Amino acid sequence: MNAGEELRQEALASIEKIRRRTFAQRLWSWRYILLRRICQFGILLMFFGTAHWGWQVAKDVPLLTGNLSAAKFIGLIPLADPFAVLQIVLTGHVLQTEVLLGAAIVFTFYLLAGGRVYCAWVCPVNLVTDLAAWLRMRLDIRPIFHINRSVRYLMLAAALVLSALTGVAAFEWVSPIGMMHREIIFGLGLGFIALLAIFLFDLLILKNGWCGHLCPLGAFWSVVGRHTAQLRVRFDASTCTHCGECARVCPEPQVLNLKRIEAAGFVYSGECSNCGRCSPLCPEGSLAFDWRPLIRAHNARSGKAGSRVN
Amino acid sequence: MDAKRREFMVHVAQGTAVAATGAMLWLYMLRQEARAHPFALRPPGALPEQDFNAACIKCGKCVNACPYDTLELAAAGGDLPIGTPFFIPRDVPCYLCPDIPCMTACPTGALSPELKDINDARMGLAVIDLENCLSWRGLRCEICHRECPLKGKAITLETHPRPISKHAMFYPIVHSDACTGCGICEKACPTDEAAIRVLPHKMVQGRIGEHYRLGWTFDTEITQDFRPAQPAAPSAPPAAAPKRAPGMDYLNEGGL
Repeated sequence: MNAGEELRQEALASIEKIRRRTFAQRLWSWRYILLRRICQFGILLMFFGTAHWGWQVAKDVPLLTGNLSAAKFIGLIPLADPFAVLQIVLTGHVLQTEVLLGAAIVFTFYLLAGGRVYCAWVCPVNLVTDLAAWLRMRLDIRPIFHINRSVRYLMLAAALVLSALTGVAAFEWVSPIGMMHREIIFGLGLGFIALLAIFLFDLLILKNGWCGHLCPLGAFWSVVGRHTAQLRVRFDASTCTHCGECARVCPEPQVLNLKRIEAAGFVYSGECSNCGRCSPLCPEGSLAFDWRPLIRAHNARSGKAGSRVN
Repeated sequence: MDAKRREFMVHVAQGTAVAATGAMLWLYMLRQEARAHPFALRPPGALPEQDFNAACIKCGKCVNACPYDTLELAAAGGDLPIGTPFFIPRDVPCYLCPDIPCMTACPTGALSPELKDINDARMGLAVIDLENCLSWRGLRCEICHRECPLKGKAITLETHPRPISKHAMFYPIVHSDACTGCGICEKACPTDEAAIRVLPHKMVQGRIGEHYRLGWTFDTEITQDFRPAQPAAPSAPPAAAPKRAPGMDYLNEGGL
């Protein structure tokens, strides 16, 4: 058997391992997805409960007022969407300290956690697009056309330029994300039509079309987390069999370019949303969440161990 | 080389066309959305419509803070700029909380913290349909006057004799210098369609030209050198012309 054939057999064995998982193992591999849903719904529920059922932590101290654009947690900690604030600043309006402080807090959090953690763990539109992506995989729908995933950065630039030109926060005024969380928290309008459009676009036209190609907020967070994110998926090349199952389930498969992440030791791209699909699926344990400062040491150790076996 | 260059130019043109079309669509949507709706009534302290649209982050904290559920956020697809707070007085008016919780909750300053006294709020102006107001029709109603939080200032009752009966008519009159636009009058009005209702100032208020001289008002100084078309040169020496119009002195000095 030549070396190529051996590698192929290794990869096939890995895929076979995935296929033969027991039901319990399957459930366990969905743990991050489950946690994400709890997180996404939990945040919406806290907003909703505060708005409609008067949830409070003490007398006259509401739990979480506002929505994802700007909020206040336990009547004390201001929170704000830095992208929305940036757009408003570009309109030339002088903002109050509270919203600037809130934006700084949120910005710092995602700077360390990874910007697109917002996309996978907080954004309500993710519920819609994940459903579309899952259905699409189930129904095996082929794409009609491809567009470059960098179009989102153009959208980001356009949002900022149009904000400065028109004097209103350009993305906030058309954002389906804003429509969705506002309408869940404050009452229904026609925003669900925009979401239906996104759902159909993702389902029938382009896989991960909105979140992976167009959304300027996702582009903003991709830029923010790029170099500073501390929580990343580490990649241990010594155990990887190149079966490719990780890239198959990844909504942003370009971030799993194995050659490049082997050099870095982890999934370094800002476009990775820490969604936790790849790591529990990997049959060899080559991909796992880890703190960035610890990754190099871990891979060095495991690389040595791997070479001893060989 | 030339073919390559041509291909490159075509690519640039195609990219530009797509980007320009997208931007135009986006601009059109923004224009449609942000077009200031003439009938939107904003919470107290709201900046002028254009500044308000720029500053409001659409977080709904004012809606959360309102203890009377007066405020709503405009939904997508509605008539009002998307996501911004407004109220409909006939449903729930603004009850003028002295601590202005909606304004305090606003994180951006779209509801300006410069509003210190809720009675200085100018959300709109109450206007009366004289043809359908019960009081103006000759009945005793005056509900708006009694309900008005600033009664006697924002709404006053004037008496007027009428020929066919010895009972006077009492009709309400709104004063724009005191009316906050809270809409409690509109809520209280007993007619099927409110005969008094709150509208944004720009929908109802006129403005007389500065060249009109209201000689009988107390604080208007009548001078001969009034030249509306040519503002006085800054270097010009103070005019030596008489301060009062000739022939008016006897009125101003109280003699006759």
